[in-house]
Amino acid sequence: MSGESVSTERHTDDRTTLAGVGLRRVGLYATLVGLVTFYLIPIESGLVTSIKTSEALINTQPFAPPGPGGVTLEKWAFAFDALGRGMVNSLLFTIPSTILCAILGSMAAYGLTLVDWRGQVAVFALFIAGIFIPYQAVIVPLTQFWSQYAMLEYRLGLILTARYATILELIITHTAYGIPICTLLFRSQYKTMSWEMIEAARLDGASVWRIYKRIVLPLSIPMFAVVFIFQFTQIWNEFLFSLTIIGSVTDPAASATLILSGLGEALEGVDYPLRMAGALLTALPTLFVYLLFADKFAEGVQI
Amino acid sequence: MNRVIAFVRRLRRERRVRTDGGTADGRSTARRWLDSDVVQSAPFWGPPFLLMGFFVYAAIGWNFFLSLTTFSGFGEPDYGELGLQNYWAMVQDPGMWAATRNTLVLLVVFTFACLLIGLGLAILLDHEVRFRRSFRTIYLLPFALSFIVTAQFWRWMYNVNAGIVNQFIGVFGLGPYNWLGNPQLVLGAVIFALVWQFSGYTMVIYLAALRSIPSDQYEAAKVDGASALRMYRRVIIPQLRPAMVSASVVLVLFALKAFDFLYAIFGGYRPRQGADILATKMVREAFGRSEWAYGSAIAIALFVLSLAVITPYLYTQYQRGNL
Repeated sequence: MSGESVSTERHTDDRTTLAGVGLRRVGLYATLVGLVTFYLIPIESGLVTSIKTSEALINTQPFAPPGPGGVTLEKWAFAFDALGRGMVNSLLFTIPSTILCAILGSMAAYGLTLVDWRGQVAVFALFIAGIFIPYQAVIVPLTQFWSQYAMLEYRLGLILTARYATILELIITHTAYGIPICTLLFRSQYKTMSWEMIEAARLDGASVWRIYKRIVLPLSIPMFAVVFIFQFTQIWNEFLFSLTIIGSVTDPAASATLILSGLGEALEGVDYPLRMAGALLTALPTLFVYLLFADKFAEGVQI
Repeated sequence: MNRVIAFVRRLRRERRVRTDGGTADGRSTARRWLDSDVVQSAPFWGPPFLLMGFFVYAAIGWNFFLSLTTFSGFGEPDYGELGLQNYWAMVQDPGMWAATRNTLVLLVVFTFACLLIGLGLAILLDHEVRFRRSFRTIYLLPFALSFIVTAQFWRWMYNVNAGIVNQFIGVFGLGPYNWLGNPQLVLGAVIFALVWQFSGYTMVIYLAALRSIPSDQYEAAKVDGASALRMYRRVIIPQLRPAMVSASVVLVLFALKAFDFLYAIFGGYRPRQGADILATKMVREAFGRSEWAYGSAIAIALFVLSLAVITPYLYTQYQRGNL
């Protein structure tokens, strides 16, 4: 994917005239640009809506720019006020769990590539199947477990403020559910690694830990980048765990997606400009990561 | 204890068979066992497996027991009296049948639409075009966003009075429709938005697969005088089948999980006639109405449905030697 363009010679029909080829090119680009509009207009419409004054909102088309004097950042300020704490909370659990599940996934993948015993296929199948478990199938026992864990924590005298206790629960949960996909991504790389080198190191008496630290880890740095980017996006975007583990929008540990889901919702209707500002604000970290590392992201998608 | 001993015996036997006369190296049996691959590799895959296994497999088992109780969210569930009453209630619940039907429609239509549109996008971008990577980045962009975020955009797009969708079809003298309020339209509207979000994903999968087709096959087809359409139909698309399989597995799983999107676009747990799927019904029963045991039973139904996807996927992966 990374920029390696496929030769087009194969697609051009030799019999068509030069004008015909030109027309086809124009058609191709027109389609591609039309599709850009299709994929961007919901986001663009959100952006222009979020910066319009109330008059501009009524007087302009939903996707049209607000026009002179019709711009206000009021809603962004409101959204920032409401979501600021949620954004910090989201970062507080997203970053540690991303790092943790990448490390654990790499270890699991290494361990499973190392062995060639009979149960290995079954163990790896159990890892991979974990990717495809709908979270609904575990969410009730999960909330049960965390409420019992809170009692245990209390008995053990583990003193954490409510906010950090919940964030710790979220870190553990996201790590556990991130392990399967990380394992799969790392294993796809480890399977193609040069094992002659590792066999040679083993014959020289290097322990499996030493091989992991000295040979495998340095070789997997590019894969770590892919996994970090992919998992960061996935965990930041997650909603169901936030909804059920945190529970309430007013909780001090509420995540950005949870706060956004209730933002500007009133009996008489929804404050759409505020919602749009909030949605874009919530999307900023993942958008930033995605636009910077689009190639690596696309690589992580290809499981 | 007996089982542990039996396990160690079996391990030893396996070891002996494999190393074939390995006693000659002078190591004791215990020492050889400690050196075995399984024991050496267990510290690596063991801890992640325990963590993941607890939260995935133990949780599903626990969920199954919960679904046999009458637990309603207060106090401790009573595991003393287990019964199938929730499953019986599930069969009799008309809302359950509607949710199952909607889930299946969503699965099938969404997956096929994504596979088709993704293929179209991939074929377009397989040409040598300028800004190829930028186009790809834009088409995949919605995939990087949260369901909660994209649902806000689409809620605004589908707004009855101010929404772009009604403004757009108004140009052709149609509408306006209440897209999210009309039971006949709502599922289609939701699927359309989900296809917007996920077709870029299918495109990426296809692009990778297209790149791996050896170019001499194109050459051969060209020498035979095959037209572009024929080339795609006879040479290229048949080779995309593995990519199609793995993409549809992931798409189906996303569709099963579409809860986040529906929750956000409808603003809460409220049931939506025409767009209630198993995932939304499960969370609403358990967390909205405190029917925890009943919610667990729906969760098991959802899990069984996902098994129908996981099992064939694992099987094909096994056959291809990827496990």
